[in-house]
Amino acid sequence: MNRFMGNKKAIAVFILPSLFLFGGLLLVSIGFSVYYSTLEWSGIGEGTFIGAQNYFEMLQDVIFQKSVKNSMLLAVLTLLLQLPFALFLALILTSGIKGEGIFRTIYFIPVTLSTVVVGQLWMKIYNPNYGVLNSFLQSAGLESLTHNWLGDVDTALYCVIAANIWQYIGYHMLLLYAAIKSIPQDIYESAQIDGATGVKAAMRITIPLILPTLKTCAIFVITGCLKAFDLIYVLTNGGPVNATEVPSSMMFNSIFVINRYGYGSAMAIFIVAECVIIAFALQKMIRTRQVEY
Amino acid sequence: MKKIFSRRTGNPFIRFILMMFLIFFALFQIYPLIWLVFFSFKSNEEIFGGNILGPPKIWKIENYRNALMGGDVLTYLLNSIWISMAVIFLSTILIAMAAYAISRMKWKLSGVVYWIFMAGLTIPIHATLLPLFILFKTMGVLNTPLSLIIPYTAFALPFGIMVLRNHYETIPREMEEAACIDGCSIYQTFFHIILPLVRPALATIAIFSFLSSWNELMFAMTFISDTKYKTLTVGLQSLTGMYYTEWGPVGAGMVVAALPVLIIYVLLSKQVQNAMLAGATKG
Repeated sequence: MNRFMGNKKAIAVFILPSLFLFGGLLLVSIGFSVYYSTLEWSGIGEGTFIGAQNYFEMLQDVIFQKSVKNSMLLAVLTLLLQLPFALFLALILTSGIKGEGIFRTIYFIPVTLSTVVVGQLWMKIYNPNYGVLNSFLQSAGLESLTHNWLGDVDTALYCVIAANIWQYIGYHMLLLYAAIKSIPQDIYESAQIDGATGVKAAMRITIPLILPTLKTCAIFVITGCLKAFDLIYVLTNGGPVNATEVPSSMMFNSIFVINRYGYGSAMAIFIVAECVIIAFALQKMIRTRQVEY
Repeated sequence: MKKIFSRRTGNPFIRFILMMFLIFFALFQIYPLIWLVFFSFKSNEEIFGGNILGPPKIWKIENYRNALMGGDVLTYLLNSIWISMAVIFLSTILIAMAAYAISRMKWKLSGVVYWIFMAGLTIPIHATLLPLFILFKTMGVLNTPLSLIIPYTAFALPFGIMVLRNHYETIPREMEEAACIDGCSIYQTFFHIILPLVRPALATIAIFSFLSSWNELMFAMTFISDTKYKTLTVGLQSLTGMYYTEWGPVGAGMVVAALPVLIIYVLLSKQVQNAMLAGATKG
């Protein structure tokens, strides 16, 4: 049996194609990115080795600092607004309310859509002249609130955040919903005997038991926001006046618009390092026991 | 038997409020999409002020004809379809084999290899963009569908391997022992005995691979510049403000891009959701 399951040739046949493809693409690429980030290079001819100069320049770049701040704000606000709301929805939906399945299905629809479609859609919603938002405000008699939403440096980032929350709230709702559903009923039954029902049961039993899933959601939200690109590229491409610039939009524009391959690569490495470090720190910081039922 | 805001103990007024809240939120999630469908059938006059919020007064079906025939949307659609099909096919086979070797077969480095794949779940793919661009350019793959199929397949692997490994581990070891005693080869065991057992998980993986490649933008717009190979996401992005003075057909293009995904979701939503529920339930 051991020889059967330890068949070296079969193992190689099964694993090598994937390992070669994935390891080759991901790990080797990142290696190359590290190398490129030490060059002053426009993509034509040979680059000049300049050591860590790109990194120094990047860290002193005021717009880059702003982009990091923007992505942090995006992450924190999304976390604070999306997660409690998704949890609330999941708690209501698991309470045995009518139409559980239909609501769950509807809430998840935007998750399946392409971010390009979502971005284009919200661009039209925010449009100052023929957008839904302003027309809605007008017909509600709130004309004073109408606004050039994406064109104003003060509101553009919040508009991006709102669209981001709209798209992904259903995803977190479903993850939490599944976690709550997997809690055995008898826990609630014995809690009921002890007098814990309703909101009390939610606070004392459900939320502590789904803490590992909440942590997973939090990590997804934060790393997702730190590397966000599509939505910003489609909605604002970093504008107006860098108000919505994030590291990945700067990376993309540095490489493919102003042809600074080395500088853009330094940003790519920054994004990778930032995401890995933060994901790792969150894992360590929020200690949760794996719950066994 | 009831859980949180329990039906038995909860008061009807609170239940009513919660129901209203759920309905309101459902409208918030769905109205923008309904509005998009309205938009896609409207003329410029209605879009630019005449009738912004409601359904079109005159349904302009020709918006769809214009988008599909006049604006290359049909080409983009077909490209998206066959590229994501290729990705589903390749990634599912690779994932099934790799996860099997990692979770069931006995070799020293399986833990390390699993870790390498799992690192891929955390590491953003941004850092691969420029190196792949340069690699594909040197290989002459740039601006061909292969330049998307290769990375999409590669980046579908970590998620799939994670999901499938969990499913393989629920299969009793006796399956392989019996197959071995009956004289099956390891390949026969894998393809004829193990794979059929994880078919639902394979469906989940295929759906995820489909969604991620169908919806991807960054690689698609970097690696493909030729109109005849563009996918829907890039195509849509370039549609806006390029050929069209008419906005309706742009909306129609967006609906066309969203529709296949929505159809698949509506048909398989139970399956996707059940698969996720099964994955979240322990023991």
